[in-house]
Amino acid sequence: MRGETGRANLFTRRAVIVGGAQALLTAGLAGRLYQLQVVESERYQVLADENRINMQLLPPARGRIFDRFGQVLAENRLNYRLVVVPEAALNLERALDEIAALVPIEDHDRDRVLREASRKQRFVPITVRENLNWDEVSQIEVNAPDLPGVMIDVGSRRLYTFGRDTVHIVGYVGAVNESDLELTDDPLLTLPDFRIGKNGAEKVLESSLRGEAGSRQVEVNAYGRVIRELSRRTGRPGDDHVLTVDLGLQQYVSARFGEESGSAVVLDVHSGEILALASVPSYDPNMFTSGISQRQWRELISHPRFPLSNKSIAGQYSPGSTFKMIVALAALESGEVSPYHRFYCNGSLKLGKRRFRCWRRYGHGHVAMVQGLMESCDVYFYEVAKRVGIDRIAAMSERFGFGNKLDIELPGEKPGLVPTREWKLAMIGEPWQGGETLVVGIGQGYLLTTPLQLAVMVARIANGGIAVEPRLLAEAIRDGQPVPRESESFAPMGLSPAHLDIVRKGMNFVVNEPKGTAYRARIEEPALAMAGKTGSVQVRRISEREHRTGVIKNEDRPWEERDHALFVAYAPLERPRYGVAVVVEHGGSGGSVAAPIARDILREVQRRDPSSRARNLEALIRPHETA
Amino acid sequence: MAQFEVSSRQGYRIAERLLRLDWFLIVLVCTVGAVGIGMLISASGGSTEPWAARQMVWFGAGLLLMIAVATADIGFWLRAAYTIYGLAFGLLVGVELLGAAGKGAQRWIDLGVIQLQPSELMKIALILALARYFHGVPLEGIGRIRTYLPPLLMILAPAALILRQPDLGTALLLALGGAIMLFLAGLKAWKIGVAVVLALGSGPVVWQFLHEYQRARILTFFNPEADPLGAGYHILQSKIALGSGGLFGKGYLQGTQSHLNFLPEKQTDFIFTMMAEELGFFGVAGVLLLYLGIATYGVVISARSNNHFGRLLGMGITVTFFFHVFFNVAMVIGLIPIVGLPLPLISYGGSAMLSLMLGLGLLLCVGVHRDVIITRRPGSAG
Repeated sequence: MRGETGRANLFTRRAVIVGGAQALLTAGLAGRLYQLQVVESERYQVLADENRINMQLLPPARGRIFDRFGQVLAENRLNYRLVVVPEAALNLERALDEIAALVPIEDHDRDRVLREASRKQRFVPITVRENLNWDEVSQIEVNAPDLPGVMIDVGSRRLYTFGRDTVHIVGYVGAVNESDLELTDDPLLTLPDFRIGKNGAEKVLESSLRGEAGSRQVEVNAYGRVIRELSRRTGRPGDDHVLTVDLGLQQYVSARFGEESGSAVVLDVHSGEILALASVPSYDPNMFTSGISQRQWRELISHPRFPLSNKSIAGQYSPGSTFKMIVALAALESGEVSPYHRFYCNGSLKLGKRRFRCWRRYGHGHVAMVQGLMESCDVYFYEVAKRVGIDRIAAMSERFGFGNKLDIELPGEKPGLVPTREWKLAMIGEPWQGGETLVVGIGQGYLLTTPLQLAVMVARIANGGIAVEPRLLAEAIRDGQPVPRESESFAPMGLSPAHLDIVRKGMNFVVNEPKGTAYRARIEEPALAMAGKTGSVQVRRISEREHRTGVIKNEDRPWEERDHALFVAYAPLERPRYGVAVVVEHGGSGGSVAAPIARDILREVQRRDPSSRARNLEALIRPHETA
Repeated sequence: MAQFEVSSRQGYRIAERLLRLDWFLIVLVCTVGAVGIGMLISASGGSTEPWAARQMVWFGAGLLLMIAVATADIGFWLRAAYTIYGLAFGLLVGVELLGAAGKGAQRWIDLGVIQLQPSELMKIALILALARYFHGVPLEGIGRIRTYLPPLLMILAPAALILRQPDLGTALLLALGGAIMLFLAGLKAWKIGVAVVLALGSGPVVWQFLHEYQRARILTFFNPEADPLGAGYHILQSKIALGSGGLFGKGYLQGTQSHLNFLPEKQTDFIFTMMAEELGFFGVAGVLLLYLGIATYGVVISARSNNHFGRLLGMGITVTFFFHVFFNVAMVIGLIPIVGLPLPLISYGGSAMLSLMLGLGLLLCVGVHRDVIITRRPGSAG
């Protein structure tokens, strides 16, 4: 048994060693666990939360846009989407067949759904169709028990009820692009369906209309499926905005142009509130929100009358004879020309070798200032301009708002151009020529103005020389409370009332005297009567030979070669309230084409009288329609 | 079969054997088993389906098997040792030939009620066979190198077959358990050293035999963060689960990593991770103590045995059980590559449960028969 004892002792020694090793190894495991679970725990806690918690943004309701009387111009409509979850639908193709029996599904939509389903996780909902109508929604809802995995999902889309009439003011929203993302770090912009203002008030007011994102934290599993909501922070809906525009007037103005191309701006001459701002032809912004086809887009951009351009602020035209009030005022202020001094018009003026023609071939005879305005005598204003000089004319122009942006709350405004000696030297590299002053004297040459600037000019003349500025935004409505815009007081321009009276008398005679260039467009009701000034602007060069043989009549020229027809006006004659500028592109003569439009607009705006009509803001304060 | 002379105090009555059972060890085993069932309920989100209820059945059956094995005569196990080894080896060859493919590896034989995993059986059979072999080796024999050639073959042949299946974890466990038995039997420590050097030297050769996924596991072990969504995903997610558990854990049923499916195989190989996430450092340290308690009890039972077969058998079972636990835990906490070994008594699985209980039953049997003296050779007195 000695052998047995020896074996046993050897075994026991070694068994104790093994047992000790087991204890050591266990201690090693415990040590490693201590390191992971206690020492480094915090780090892994963060990693675990990153694993499981997803932040989801809740887009706020975009603020609505109203006209001054609470007509909604831009609003959010619920967008009912038909979605299918492949996992729940079990057999996707059969589910699509069953859906198709209830609501129509296009073949390409069907193919797209099947394609997406093969790429995505099976629990991710796939949109089958958007913008379902009520009938379709109820068809699906009624049959819901037989359609596993098929659901109606509610999103939001922008609707412009009066899109075609108001697009140049309201603008539209569109998908976010790369350059938008560079301007802001608002995480909302990264949402796939998010839309931001791309034009008009939608763009200018973007930050206020957008509101603040809400968010929710959700717990997701390893496959990204949402398990439950952990917390929710509600955002703030965007502010509603009320514009100064009167939708009814705006629609009237747009319609009044008929087939013509052009622009009209109507404003309150005291407050500067824009009551209508039309640019025709126009287009429907709803095309952009629901997705525009290639063909529609090509049609829009290749249209000869540029519907996409907002002509009232981005169209730059020579003001033509509508500029003569500025020349007259510059002359009166300079004292170089007495309003009663008469110049002789024989049909043209010769300066050096060049002959400067009056629009009336055989001249106006002896003409003083009021008559010069009334009959729009070019030679009279050549003479005046020659005496006043370009510097004074340019200075007066700038006081009236020409040559600079008026900073109206719309994107894309152009400054126009008031030429000066310095400008010509810098831009063209040649000194100013005396003849060029004459051309500016009748509102042509380098001079460029926008319809908005012309409207502001007529407002400043009508309101007695107050430097009124145009505005489009009345107030914002935040959390159901109106936030009025701080009221501005406009400074006097320092013009002599006597000088303004002379100019206004001239404008009165233009319309209301038989020899006036717009006599046929007068308003016959005395209380509504208007004063104005015509303008016809050549868009082509008329050769000396054509002058001799007789200028071809507008009607006989192709559309692109006809003169632009302009008219600026205000009404009523006493205590003016409304101003208007009308530009009809290639319309012909200002007196016969633009003036009747302006007359009808002024008659309409006085009939509606939006500036005096009470605005019931309470009606505007309605809760948002929420998804 | 040759008859061993078993000492005079053989033939306890059943009641006596039951009394001699080490009931404290049984309580430890039951405690661990209960923890396991609790974790399986958590793994299925608070339900006894699909795992916990069946695991309870397996555990109950395992307990009965354990008691039955423990109360059987130790002489029976001595006599049956080679037969069982032969049977297990035959089954291993059998899975090679007709085993069904499960999880991309041939490991199972479907017996209808239960899917038999021959490698599980082999772990026990090898220990029985080695214990019997060394039981028969006299003191003079243990110094001779040729004494160790047959047992080396007994270890390497099944290990190679299991590695081919491929089941790296079980093969390693078999080889390690066998090696420790050689050490316990008296093989000189320096010879073991030489063998270890040789084994390491054969590493590149073994590498050639490894499957692509096994190589990937070893490679990602060394740098799991390099490919967090690919092969390293499991280790990384496991470490996140462990680490985020902290000192006290996220609470029972509250493990986010496990319940949101970031954790792979949470009911089997990675159940320890889930436990660590939900019960925290204190919880798993307690479980490790339970395991260490069982292993230490095994050492005590073996050392107190008065027969060499019992000593070797008891230690063999103990060591295999311990390394089973160690490999699983070391794997999920990122100390060794993922080798695919379940956590004994806790991971879901009937075949593993039954073979474990069989082993623990043998350990208890050694304890029951600690005072029995068995002759070295059949029919001889020495």
